[in-house]
Formats: sequence, C-alpha cells, structure tokens
Amino acid sequence: MAFDSFSAFIIMEGHGPYVWACYAVFAVLVAGLMIWSVKRHQSVMDACQRRYVHDAKNSGRPAQKASATFTRVEISQD
Amino acid sequence: MWQWFHKLGSPKWFFGIATRFMPWLLAGGLLLLAAGLTWGLAFAPEDYLQGNSYRIIFIHVPSAFLAQSIYISMAVAAVVTLVWRMKLADVFVKAIAPVGLVFTFLSLFTGAVWGKPTWGTWWVWDARLTSMLILLFLYGGVIALDRAINDEKSAARAVAVLVLVGVVNIPIIKYSVDWWNTLHQPATFKLTEKPTMPMEMWLPLLLSVLGLYLLFGWLTCIRMKTEILIREQRTRWVRELVMAGGK
Amino acid sequence: MHPIRKKRLTIVLFLVAGLAIAVGLTTYALRQNINLFYDPSQIAAGEVPVDVRIRAGGMVEEGSVVRDPDSLKVEFRVTDFSASVPMEYVGILPDLFAEGQGVVAMGRMDANGRFIADQVLAKHDEQYMPPEVAEALERASKGQHKAADAEKAAESAAY
Repeated sequence: MAFDSFSAFIIMEGHGPYVWACYAVFAVLVAGLMIWSVKRHQSVMDACQRRYVHDAKNSGRPAQKASATFTRVEISQD
Repeated sequence: MWQWFHKLGSPKWFFGIATRFMPWLLAGGLLLLAAGLTWGLAFAPEDYLQGNSYRIIFIHVPSAFLAQSIYISMAVAAVVTLVWRMKLADVFVKAIAPVGLVFTFLSLFTGAVWGKPTWGTWWVWDARLTSMLILLFLYGGVIALDRAINDEKSAARAVAVLVLVGVVNIPIIKYSVDWWNTLHQPATFKLTEKPTMPMEMWLPLLLSVLGLYLLFGWLTCIRMKTEILIREQRTRWVRELVMAGGK
Repeated sequence: MHPIRKKRLTIVLFLVAGLAIAVGLTTYALRQNINLFYDPSQIAAGEVPVDVRIRAGGMVEEGSVVRDPDSLKVEFRVTDFSASVPMEYVGILPDLFAEGQGVVAMGRMDANGRFIADQVLAKHDEQYMPPEVAEALERASKGQHKAADAEKAAESAAY
C-alpha cells in the first residue's frame, strides 16, 4: 500500500478530488455502456420473440382484421 | 484464407462464436481491469514530480488507446464494406461507434482533470488535444450520419466513406507530440520501446490496458449480436434461436 | 480477387492516399500555427513579433528564478540549451513549476527582449518514477561532470 491510512488514500495529498472524479466518471460510463448494451440486447430479443409468437398465432387465422395484426417490431436505435 | 474470410461474413457463424467467447471476455476483462486499477490506485508508488495526480494515467492511457484502436478497426471494416460489401463489417462499425465515442470522451475528460493540477489548465489548444477533440466529433458524425440515412445499404456506404476520410486523423493524433510543440508530453506507454516508467507503475498500466481491451471485446460481441438480431429477424435461424431462448 | 472488388479496392486506396497527401501538405504549410509555442532559439533569432500575444516554451534555467519578496512577481530565464529568454510573470505558478522543469508561457515580447507572461503552464515529460528513484538519480548525476549532465538533460527534456 502506497498510503499510510485510509484517509490519506482518499485525500491523496490534495489530488484526491481530481483522481477520484476521473475514476468515478470512468466507472459510471463504462458500467453504463455495459448495462445499456445488455438491456438493449434483451429488449430486442423480447421484441423478436413477441413478434414470432404473434405470427405463429396468426398464421392459423389468415382472415384477421388488419387493425388487429399490427405489432411493433422496429426497435429504436437508442 | 478466403474461406475463413467468407465464414467470418456469416452472421449466424459470428453469433455462435460471440456467444461462446463472451463469458471469458467479460470475466477476464473485469478481473484484469479491477486488478490493474486497484494496483494503480492504492499500491503503485507516487510519482516524484506529480505526486498522486499521476494515478489518473491508469484510466487515461487505456481510454485513449481504445479510442484510437476502435477507430482504426472501424476503418478496416469500412474498407471491407466498400470493397467486399460484407454486411458484418457494417454491423461492426455501427455496433462499436458509440463505444469509441465514450472512450474518446473519457480520455479527453480524464486528460482535462489531470491537466488542471499538473499543467495548471484544463484545456489548451495544442495539436494532441485538438486532434483528439476532432476524433470525438468524427465518432459523433459517424453515429449521426448512420441514423440520418434510412436505407441500410446507402447508410453503410456513406458511413464507410466518412470513417475512411477520418482515418487520416489517427496518425496526426499519434505523432502530434513528435511533429509539433505541444503541452502534452510524448507517449509513455509504447509497445515497441522500453517503458519510461518502472515496473511497479508499468505493470498496473499494462493490466488496465489489457482489461479494457477484453471488455471492449465483450461490448463488441453483445452489441453486434443485437444489431444482427435486428437485421436478420426475418431469417429462419434467428427465429429458431430466439424461440429457443437465445442459446 | 474479383475484378470489381479489385477496382473498388483501388478506388478506396486512392481516396485514402489522396486525402493523406492533402492533409499532410496542409498541416505542413500550417506547421507554425500548429506549434503551440515558440522555442527560445526562435525568439533569439528574431522570428517572433514584438508586442503580439504568443506562447513561448522551454526549460526554466537552473538558478535563474528570482522571486520578488513583496509581491507575486517572478523572474526567470527559459532555455532550450542553445538560447535563453528572460521572462517575468506576476501570479501564482503551477505546482510543477521548478528550475529544470518545462514551462509554456502565454504573453508578449517587450521591446527590450523580455517576455512578459500573463499565464504560465507547467510541462512535464513522459518519465514517471517513484521519489526514491528520482533522488537516487539526482545523487548519482551530481557526481558527474556538469556538461555531460546538461547534455543528458537536454536530450531527455520534453519542454
């Protein structure tokens, strides 16, 4: 350990705010990027699944009313 | 070799490979990054000149490395898109452009915060900092252009051309500190030369760089898989895969 | 390779090569504007306009720093080991400011060849080391011949 105590580790001889701000922003952005990517993958997966289930149900009944067959599968890019 | 190249172009084949590699990339990346950053933050000795503020290097340098590597890999994919019209190459560019944007922002941000206690200023318009800001705008431009064009094929080609045009910025970033007078110092972490720091500072930096590369690999896999799902949702293999629960 | 692909590849390569040449020539033509600061040699050679806001950079000469006891005024010389320029500055210096360290100053040349700075930034090199190592290096270098020392400093300096 390069520091004598925990408080010295936090303060870092006055450079603490700079160092910790950088590490905090880094952690938030990298974690955010990962979580966002996982969530988006999941939501695309779910949307596809809903669509396929819906299609499978409808394939038996081709005379469905048009207004009732609309399912949104386009996934927003963000 | 060409057979391998065409196999790589198959979304189905890629999907399977990515799914297999992802747990390893994630575990390895998190482990190396955690080890490197803990070592760098708490155990590496302080610098004789900058004291503890130099500890920002352990995130600044990996972010900057990735920001540039991602752009270079996007440029390679752009050539593949333009010459071979391979769909997967375009999927790759689309999937990782936001990742590149985030890491470019991170290297600029951490650099600014590091500059304040060491140089005495957050920002200076020297060649290194300015060319890095241009890289940020290039990433933004790539993302915006891709969203602005609805037709998938036109978007792929337009984006590929923009990426290729921007690639001249990469050598400028790399050599800016050697070609011109800048406030930014020359590179610390070079793969080809003897490191300019002792092992107990260099090793944690190496671990962080490797860890972040692995995490980037994981991000690439999951984001490309998402993009493939959207594009190939009408194919049979995606249908079977989704109905089987994504396995 | 398929002839169409070959043609496309050629076009792409020409695009990138042409662009690289264009950007290369532009940056070469603008190199003086891209340089962040003037060297002391350039200032000594009279390449620098008087009374125009410019940046000057170099190493703070050893033993040249004179602090005014009553104010924040500091005088020092900045050198690139072939020429040196006297500077004065009123204000708080960055922590890393020290003799033998690099600085980049913003200000104007006055008619007497002095650089009046209104902002001083510290520049450091890419060498990092623990304090003990730095001390040991310093002790070792003190024993050596002074000229050799200055030469080594000039080589490793990234002012």
